[in-house]
Amino acid sequence: MNNIIVLPLIIPIVTAILLVFLRHNIRLQRIVSLVTVAAVSIIAFILLLEVQTNGIMKIDFSGWLPPFGILFVADSFSMLLVLTANIITAICLIYAFSTIGGRHERMFFYPFVLFLIAGVNGSFLTGDIFNLFVCFEVMLLASYVLVALGGEKFQLRESLKYVLINVVASWMFLVALAYLYGTLKTLNMAHIAVRVAEAGQDPVLTTVAILFLIVFSLKAGLLLFFWLPGSYSVPPTAVQALFAALLTKVGIYALFRTFTLMFTLNASITHMLIGVMAGITIVLGCLGALSGRDVRTIAAYNVIIGVGFILIGLAIGTEQAFAGAIYYLIHDMVAKALLFLIVGTMVYLTGEIIVKNMNGLIRHYPLFGWIYFIVMCALAGIPPLSGFLGKVLIGQQAVEGGFYVLLAIGFGSSIIVLYSLLRIFLAAFFGETSISEEDKKPIPKGAMASFVVLALCIIALGLGAEGIAPYVEDAARTLADPAIYIEAILGAK
Amino acid sequence: MKINDVILRTVVKAVVFIILTLGVYLFFAGHNAPGGGFIGGLVLGSAVVLLYLTYDIETVHKGMPFDFKKVAAFGVLLATGTAIGSIFFNVPFLTQAAREFHFPLLGETHLSTVMIFEAGVALTVIGTLVTIILSISEDE
Repeated sequence: MNNIIVLPLIIPIVTAILLVFLRHNIRLQRIVSLVTVAAVSIIAFILLLEVQTNGIMKIDFSGWLPPFGILFVADSFSMLLVLTANIITAICLIYAFSTIGGRHERMFFYPFVLFLIAGVNGSFLTGDIFNLFVCFEVMLLASYVLVALGGEKFQLRESLKYVLINVVASWMFLVALAYLYGTLKTLNMAHIAVRVAEAGQDPVLTTVAILFLIVFSLKAGLLLFFWLPGSYSVPPTAVQALFAALLTKVGIYALFRTFTLMFTLNASITHMLIGVMAGITIVLGCLGALSGRDVRTIAAYNVIIGVGFILIGLAIGTEQAFAGAIYYLIHDMVAKALLFLIVGTMVYLTGEIIVKNMNGLIRHYPLFGWIYFIVMCALAGIPPLSGFLGKVLIGQQAVEGGFYVLLAIGFGSSIIVLYSLLRIFLAAFFGETSISEEDKKPIPKGAMASFVVLALCIIALGLGAEGIAPYVEDAARTLADPAIYIEAILGAK
Repeated sequence: MKINDVILRTVVKAVVFIILTLGVYLFFAGHNAPGGGFIGGLVLGSAVVLLYLTYDIETVHKGMPFDFKKVAAFGVLLATGTAIGSIFFNVPFLTQAAREFHFPLLGETHLSTVMIFEAGVALTVIGTLVTIILSISEDE
């Protein structure tokens, strides 16, 4: 019995509910939430190892066999993402302990973080596309609360936009599901793949595929990212980091699943479209990062560049390109979480958000400054840090496949990323400081610990790439050959 | 100005019981017919909201001293609890069990763990519904 697969979803939900009863015992809330996320990380790691020995695992809820019931599926791709997401959440929680403030903690902050992670885990694990919609909603509802929690005027303004755009996107998701069910009469992802292959991907199905592309692009911030910089800059720092690390990545995951497993036959249209959108996304993201004046906007546009770059891997569509995209996806989750935590801390330390008004941070906080330097190098793709391998693999495959425009845009963006972040480094960290030794605010120990751990993760992902290689290769192999996935779900045909 | 709501108060006293009975009926009907935890919960919750509308918050709170946020949380706990229970019996997650029981007076009765799950859903709906209405009414 593979009931263990459902634990990453159900454990956070149950503990989140228990925390509602412990509303006023903040210390206990902190311990329980951290232990929960750590436990889920361990479960994810065990599952990842088991998938290597047993192949893809699944659990049919209530014993209803596919394609009739709902099921959860654990393959290397989803388990890698669940593992990364939970480790990052644990680290963001450690940061939140010392920075979020008692008001948030009493207003159910920790339960909502746990609901968020439950939705994220569920989205990664589900093998049923309607269930994917449900898990998306769990995640989004928690994120609505986390954006608005605090009730400042600018938060309410941005959260209203965020909620509206996501409600529209969810509605479109539902419409796309209705079309899909109307044409194929199934919602099980593997079964959809089989039926699409049987029917051939005719224009109707391609239209449905494009509808899904639009929906997931809205969630992932691929081309349709107009909502992202605003809503990612209003919540508290720990929440920003969680959003930057997790939310868009779930959209990216959904795009990968949809366009490697289900709609693969008309790649000349759908994958070309993804390539074009990825290219435009990167260019627009670069423009935003260059023109941004405040640190949070620059960081938010860096998220968008990252999304575009990962989806180049999907557009190229070879096994090695998928491997590169997975490496880069994992790297991007860790590095963006760290970037947002650092940027938020800079704002806290200086009380300024405009880059030009900050100066000399490295004089008072040398370790903090050098950790920023590490994350900057990692995001630019400098070896031996974590961003390097993904960029190289995607670059190689772009050359082999003849995607020269995407190659140029992708690698051009590395320089822009480096420039935009270096600008912050030179302006805000170097130079003389205007804050005297007496006036400087200390960085809380927990916050510093979370920076160090994330920085170590970045270094480890770069130097230890060999260690995660077997898992990434297995994940890429499953993505490149959907027959493996289909056979594991529906049995050998 | 003092509002004269004698008629409302008198009617509500009777109507609340009708609504509550209907809610419970819908809840039990749900196993094989339209109804169930969600709909039953909505109807039960609407009875509570009606009480809040007719009498003031303090009076109702004296009769039902619950924190409805916790009622909702307890409901979710109950629903997820029955789902998790299946893990301990080494059957697939969410598996439900059902049996015929013989009770004095009631006779043959079909009982299943789905009912506990649905009770959780109903409590969640009642808790959420009342919490929403109360937090709107608390606004200045």
